[in-house]
This record gives sequence, C-alpha cells and structure tokens, in this order.
Amino acid sequence: MKKIFQLKATEILKKIEENNLKKEEVYHHFKERIERIDPLIKSFIEVYDYYPTEKGAPVAIKDNICIQGRKITCASKILSSHIAVYDATVIRKIKKEGLLILGATNMDEFAFGSSCENSCYYPTKNPWDLKKVSGGSSGGSAAAVAARLVPFALGSDTGGSIRQPASFCGVVGFKPTYGRVSRFGLVAFGSSLDQIGPITTNFTDCAYLLNIICGFDELDSTSANIEVPDFMKALIEDVKGIRIGLPSEYFQEGLDEEVKEAVMKVAKTLEKKGAKILEISLPHSRYAIATYYIIACSEASSNLQRFDGVRYGLQIKEKEMLELYRQTRKEGFGIEAKRRIFLGTYSLSTGYYEDYYLKALKVRTLIRKDFEKAFSTVDVILTPTSPTPAFGLGEKIKDPLSMYLSDIYTVSVNLAGIPAVSFPCGFTSNDLPIGAQLIGKPFDETTLIKVGYTYERLCKDFFERTPEIAK
Amino acid sequence: MITPQTVKYVAELARIKITEEEIEFLKEQLGKILEYINNLKEVDTDKVEPTRGVFFQENRLREDIPCKKDIFKEILKNAPQKEDNYFKVPKVIE
Repeated sequence: MKKIFQLKATEILKKIEENNLKKEEVYHHFKERIERIDPLIKSFIEVYDYYPTEKGAPVAIKDNICIQGRKITCASKILSSHIAVYDATVIRKIKKEGLLILGATNMDEFAFGSSCENSCYYPTKNPWDLKKVSGGSSGGSAAAVAARLVPFALGSDTGGSIRQPASFCGVVGFKPTYGRVSRFGLVAFGSSLDQIGPITTNFTDCAYLLNIICGFDELDSTSANIEVPDFMKALIEDVKGIRIGLPSEYFQEGLDEEVKEAVMKVAKTLEKKGAKILEISLPHSRYAIATYYIIACSEASSNLQRFDGVRYGLQIKEKEMLELYRQTRKEGFGIEAKRRIFLGTYSLSTGYYEDYYLKALKVRTLIRKDFEKAFSTVDVILTPTSPTPAFGLGEKIKDPLSMYLSDIYTVSVNLAGIPAVSFPCGFTSNDLPIGAQLIGKPFDETTLIKVGYTYERLCKDFFERTPEIAK
Repeated sequence: MITPQTVKYVAELARIKITEEEIEFLKEQLGKILEYINNLKEVDTDKVEPTRGVFFQENRLREDIPCKKDIFKEILKNAPQKEDNYFKVPKVIE
C-alpha cells in the first residue's frame, strides 16, 4: 500500500472524504516529514500548527502571498516581522475550499532571482542533489513538493519563477494567463507580469488547484472577467490533431544536449499519439531577456517605493526623514533587490526613459506579436523550460547577468501574458530532473492540461520518481 | 556609460544609502547589464506601439462608498512607530 506522501493531493482528499484517512493523521504525516527531511533542503520558512478544516489536504504557500494573521516576509529583512492584516484572494478561496494551509515557503527576496539564493534566511537546496540550487524564485514551494513534504503548493511567476524551479525539482509548475488568478494580496514585483499558480507532482492536482484559484476578482483591476472552464474536464488522454510548434530559436546554441534530447523526445512521444509537430519561429526571442529585465526592474523599483520604514516593516531610526528612508532601505534590502531597484530607477529616469523603458515596451509588443502569429498555425508551443538542469549553489550568484540569462525560455511568456506549464520529461545522466515547457494561447489553459495529462499518462515514471532523501 | 556620479544620482532617486565600495561594485555590474541590454537598440521600433499591459486594460471604476470603518488598528498594526491613530515620523518642518 502507498504511504500518504506517495499519494496525489486529490487522492488524499478522496481518502479523507471516504473516511479512510484522518485529517490530523495527514497533517502529522507531513509535519513529521518536514521535521526529518527539511533540515536538508530548507524549503520552509514557517510551518503552522494543526487547525481543523473541512477537507484537510495540506497546501504550502510562497511567502509573498498574504495570509491574515501570519507573518509574510517575502524572504526580505525589510519585512521580517510583518504580519498580514488580510487574506489574499487565493487564500480566501483556499480557505473556502477547506484545504489546510501547512506553512510558508522560502523564495528569492521579493521573488528577485532564479536560484532561491537571494533569500534573507537561507538558500533552498535541490532535493535531487544538495549541492544544486532549487531554482527560483519559488524554490521553496518546488523543493517542498518534490521532496513530498507537502502534496502541493502555490508559487508566483513574473519571469519563470514557478516554471524554472519546477523544472529543476522535477515537478509540475503552471503559470496561468495574466488576469486568470487575482493578484490581490500577492506582494507586487512586476505588476504587468505577476501571476500566482500551482506547483504539484501531477496534472490532476494542478487542474484541481487551478479550479480553486482562478476567476474574476473585483479587488484586482487587471483581473479577467471571463468564464473559467472546469479544468478537471481537461484531464483526458487525447492529442489527436493537436498542432505543436517547436520554435527554432529555443533549440539553438547554449541549450544543454541532454535537455534538448529530452524535449525532442516529448515531441516524438506526442506525435506517436496523433499530434502534429511543426517548426515555428519566434524571431524576437533574442531580445526577451533585455526587454524583460528593463520592464520587470522598472515595475519593481516603483512597487518597492512603499518600503520606506514608516508604515510597516523595518525602520532604522534617524533624526531626519530622508535619512530614515535611506538607512532603512540600505539595511532592509539585499544586494539583488538593490541591483534591480537601481536598474529600474535608471531606466525610468529623465533622459533614459525613452532609450530604455519605452524602448522595452515597444519590443514587448513585437514579442507579443510573434506569439500571436505562431498561434495562427499551432495550438501549443513546446520548448525546454530552462537551458540547463539545476546549476550549482554559488555558481551564478556573483554574476547577475549569467543568472538572468537562465530565464531565457520563460520570460517571453510573461511579456505576452500567455499561460505556460513546466513538467518533468526525463533525467540527466547525473539523475537531475529535466523540464519541458508547453505554452498556450491566451486563456487556453485547457489545452495545456490536456496535452500535459496525456504525456503524464505515457511517461508516468518521470512524475512519480522521487529523490533519495524523500524515501 | 555608467559613472560613479550616475550611481550616486540613482541612489539618491531610489533613496538608498550606498558606500564608496558599493558605488564601484554597482557601477561595474550595472554597466555590464546595460551593455547587454543595449542590444535592444538594433530593433526597429519606429512604428511600434508600446505594450503597457496585456489583457483587460480598461479602467474599472466603482462607486466610492466607504465599506469598512475603524480599520486604524489594522492599518497601524505593523507600524514601527505610532501615536494615537497616526504613523509617527521625525519632524519634517522647522
């Protein structure tokens, strides 16, 4: 018989409902695993005590999503004692569903990073190899799910922060269409790019969690007021006639051979089931990183102005107001946050605005149009999630540009606002997970789930295999 | 080109105190990043409209009706310094 941690979240829910499992038993099972295994990877910032809920299946929350009465730190010194005074909309929905919120997971400070090394607490390590990064910025959520310390979790994705750690940790990470999930109560990073999404071990749990969190919300002015389909109905094995595009720009120089091979194999597997594989072009892909970092940093520098040491968070006491701001922000922000605030402030400043910020907004249009054109001939796009498997701890932290370039296949999706999912598609010769990315048309999460689910049924082992430390 | 003066100027705009060492460090790193970013200059964007947001960008207005009273406590809960129903800051006028 399977142990609790080997079950899908949806299986746990069913067993609880049928009285084959007790809610307390489920909680203590995962709590014991966290106490035993998490010291190795450090994926949690805080684990909450048991409290009664209707359904009892535990979910972990990235520490940039507000849960009323709980600490929310964004893994930043500037917020290290902050208590959320309201629930994010996704939390309100999760509570209404009756899930148990198990704890807050680690992340790069304010979601700035691709390795989870920019946390003010500690880096989260990769459960498959403790010398490797978990990815970022939702590294804590991805590592916790991969190590089976929690059945599923929420992350946030501004330029790949759900998908890249999911690929590094061998789990499913879904970024919905911009506007699908309310951003109310998510600490803002890049407001035109941010989306909350699920990190799970499989597509069934992914569809279940999407059903809970998606939907129009008056409290988010960019929330999409359009109908949300039942994503559970997309869990069907059928890819007949589905046109899958492979963008040539995503398979060029810089892509690891083993990753390339694994992703090409995904195409072949789906082709055998009746999908059509087509080569496509996204010609402005080479400008995506530059465009993304200007826009994301500009929005971040603006959003982070609120951390002034007056209304909340850290305050360094000074006799003069301006000096209080300057000292508080010097002490409160880590180096990557400062770098991004500087880059954003520079891009938005008089004399540089046209050359940087405005230019990036225009190239963003071209990147968006590349996708529109591609989607006139294909239904989904298949790419690697990251050019390499998980890299070493400390390997890129001193060279920010090389860190930024690791997001090369994920940022365009946020610039275009479209949905995408990373799912496990194999292992390297060193037993590190490899992730493939499926990109969909706006508001067509359904096709991504259908194709992903079909692939999962064909290649179950990639989804079910667990790291040694999780056993 | 990023000069130490540029770094100091941006630090002032961003209200972040920086040390002499950090000026050198940030000058070098921002210079490298901007050098990479400058490849955007080769893209012809003369007739391209900027994208400020992707979907549903219309302003959604609502009636201005107060919906909750007595939220001072909640708002002030995380304030580092407060007095009565106010945030407390150093004196800003002489």
